[in-house]
Amino acid sequence: MNKKEIKFKTPNRAQDIVLQSLAKRYRAERRFKLYGIGAIAFSLIFLSLLFVDIISKGYTAFQQTFVELEVFFDPDILSREALVKADYGAIVKNSLLAMFPDVQGRSDKRMLYSLVSSGAAYQLRDMVLKRPDLVGKKLSIWVPADDEVDMLVKGHFRRDVPESESRFSRKQLGWIDRLAADGKIQKKFNQTFFTAGDSREPEQAGIRGAVMGSFFTLLITLILSFPIGVAAAIYLEEFAPRNRWTDLIEININNLAAVPSIVFGLLGLAVFLNFFGLPRSAPLVGGLVLTLMTLPTIIIAGSSALKAVPPSIREAALGVGASRMQTVTHHVLPLALPGMLTGAIIGMARALGESAPLLMIGMVAFIVDIPTGLTDPSTVLPVQIYLWADSPERAFMERTSAAIIVLLAFLCIMNAGAIFLRRHFERRW
Amino acid sequence: MLNMSSYTLLLVLLALSAFGYTIGKRRAFSVAGDLPRGGRLHSRPAYYGALTVIWCGIPALLVLGFWLACEDYIITHLVASDLPESIRALPPERIGLILNDVKNLVEGNIVSGKISPAIQAAADHYQNLQTTSNAALAVAVLTLAMAGILIIRAKIQPTQRARNQVETVVKYILVACSTLAIFTTIGIVLSVLIEAIRFFTLIPVHEFLFGLKWSPQMAIRADQVGSSGAFGAIPVFMGTVLISAIAMVVAVPVGLMSAIYLSEYANTKFRAVAKPLIEILAGIPTVVYGFFAALTVAPFIRSIGSQFGLDVSSESALAAGSVMGIMIIPFVSSLSDDFINAVPQALRDGSYSLGATQSETIKKVIVPAALPGIVGGILLAVSRAIGETMIVVMAAGLSAKMTVNPLEAVTTVTVQIVTLLVGDQEFDSPKTLAAFALGLLLFVVTLLLNIIALRVVRKYREQYE
Repeated sequence: MNKKEIKFKTPNRAQDIVLQSLAKRYRAERRFKLYGIGAIAFSLIFLSLLFVDIISKGYTAFQQTFVELEVFFDPDILSREALVKADYGAIVKNSLLAMFPDVQGRSDKRMLYSLVSSGAAYQLRDMVLKRPDLVGKKLSIWVPADDEVDMLVKGHFRRDVPESESRFSRKQLGWIDRLAADGKIQKKFNQTFFTAGDSREPEQAGIRGAVMGSFFTLLITLILSFPIGVAAAIYLEEFAPRNRWTDLIEININNLAAVPSIVFGLLGLAVFLNFFGLPRSAPLVGGLVLTLMTLPTIIIAGSSALKAVPPSIREAALGVGASRMQTVTHHVLPLALPGMLTGAIIGMARALGESAPLLMIGMVAFIVDIPTGLTDPSTVLPVQIYLWADSPERAFMERTSAAIIVLLAFLCIMNAGAIFLRRHFERRW
Repeated sequence: MLNMSSYTLLLVLLALSAFGYTIGKRRAFSVAGDLPRGGRLHSRPAYYGALTVIWCGIPALLVLGFWLACEDYIITHLVASDLPESIRALPPERIGLILNDVKNLVEGNIVSGKISPAIQAAADHYQNLQTTSNAALAVAVLTLAMAGILIIRAKIQPTQRARNQVETVVKYILVACSTLAIFTTIGIVLSVLIEAIRFFTLIPVHEFLFGLKWSPQMAIRADQVGSSGAFGAIPVFMGTVLISAIAMVVAVPVGLMSAIYLSEYANTKFRAVAKPLIEILAGIPTVVYGFFAALTVAPFIRSIGSQFGLDVSSESALAAGSVMGIMIIPFVSSLSDDFINAVPQALRDGSYSLGATQSETIKKVIVPAALPGIVGGILLAVSRAIGETMIVVMAAGLSAKMTVNPLEAVTTVTVQIVTLLVGDQEFDSPKTLAAFALGLLLFVVTLLLNIIALRVVRKYREQYE
């Protein structure tokens, strides 16, 4: 190829235009691709931020600061009244005073007492009631510290602020430091968080009540929505004639699946509470509302699972003389069941995380007792999170995050179960 | 009401049904045994057992359900008509309160006010009636169940078409289950509509729909400050639209672009990892987002705003809206993904053969071809954003302001429903009823969006199938 040849060649104009714009077009191509990666990265970064934020805020709640007290079960105090009613608070106070004999004056004493949780007295009472022979004995016992002390020990409060802005006086800080130097303040596993009901005091608050409430609510939801959903799916896929009525039902189900959950709460309030007079705040009503809410999900999942079973199975069964009902119950349903179960688990996971409709039917009350039945007033885990998120105490923020971790762990387990079912039992034809 | 005795009754009924099954089955065997060789039962013996269970269980269960539903009403009525003349002359609300006291007394709860002898007598009467009713119910249900077993046992014959009968009953049960969806919709419409109509008799419809002031505080005393109840919902709608718009501004571009990347560019390995990860975003409970929005995102936006000298509300619409948008990303992306995948390969190939680059093909061919589906998906996402509750309850404000400034606090329809209805309510104040009017609007709007979206999506699906 020499220069002359190029010079005389007639320019191919369309080709030139394309070549000229090519670099620009490739840049646009790369940019576009980058936008796509950026969008995915944005979602994933946000997802990880969310998890990191919540876990970093919440993991400390699984530990609680305890203070070791030399408790003397003073027979003088305990014999004044029956063991159940005795003034255990006084015992706690006396043991604190015994540790810091130099504390004088009313306000100083009060500051000293506030280092220990008010739950310490109940802890002592339970110990004495279990073993009445403790009376008159001296024991060293770990009792939970007050939530503010807990926050200080965990480093959530700054120490280097002026006394007027600090939550702690210099004296209190000195006592805490002395306890720490003596090894009498320690962080231990926070058992209360998993065994107690709600409380106004963060260090005595736990998620047991909410978890039990969620359990009863989901139990009702599962018992009702799974059989009804499966039955509806079977009818719609296997028996229903193709006519207006069936179409209406199907459109209805699809629409219900997209109705805002709070509207189901309004339904529950107007129908179950006001019309049928069922009790407020009860898992029974919560379960009924969530049943109506999850039914569409389960029906849709069930329908697609039934659709996935090839017609040859049905034809073979009908061919050897099974009735249509036998075909369904003996052959189609067992094959579709894993898919249906997957759908049910996903529906349950959604129901577990749902809180808006439950606010409507009064499951937001402050309930200390752990529910033991379907009509006991109770709350559920997401609503507990909502309630705690509103509390002003710093320690509740930590516990809210911890409750979220627990909720997310339950959801992970349920979804992992669904994935496992799908991987191992779902057949593809 | 469900109580211990009805649980026991249910258990006994269950046991009786199981017993009935064995009786029916055994009866079938025994009648078949009488036949000469070659004689056959019409159905397999288990069907005769099932038939017995149906006859034993279903009528008894129906009676049980009906009884429990009516029991409370009838007993209350009987007690009310037996109250002394002086009490019965009171206005109906007072009688209602007294009857509540009576019920509380029966259940051993704390009673408001002092217990007068009349109320004590009524409570005793109530308890008596309840005991009688329970006993009568137990007798009726168990008699019915046993009678069912006995009758069907006598009727079992080899020629009886037990399978067909059982299957017919089962089919009717299936039909009943599938119509539950219709009843749910009717229930929603009725419950919301009735209360909303009651609301509109107190507050005119046009005042609600076009009023510019929303402050649903009703006076407890006549001379109370700020006692005016204003029910103009426009500011609430504005807030809802603002927050949903912010959410869509976040969700649509991100969701669409990730769907495009996943379906057009990504290899299968990347797709298999990224797609489920993005879908986790839809599975996280909304309280968690609410907590995150209120405690992490809102302070963050506030501090950034103050660096630029902007006054950002701590409950800004931006915080709630953007977090909501992130929650909605998977809805947009997974639906768009489906539709982009449904575009026939031939369209892509045609575009490439004309020399278009991949992004040009996507922008000029694939997205336009998938547009109806994508729009349907976005409409579904909008209806999701409008109806989303927990994020806004936790992160958005309560004051209804007419503003489009995303840095200010606004309120939404769902927030108002929750604040109006949480706690104790009376069902005759416009404050409570307003929540149902808002609920009606919410339901109608989301329903319309869903119907349009589902129709668009369905049409689009048919286009390429």
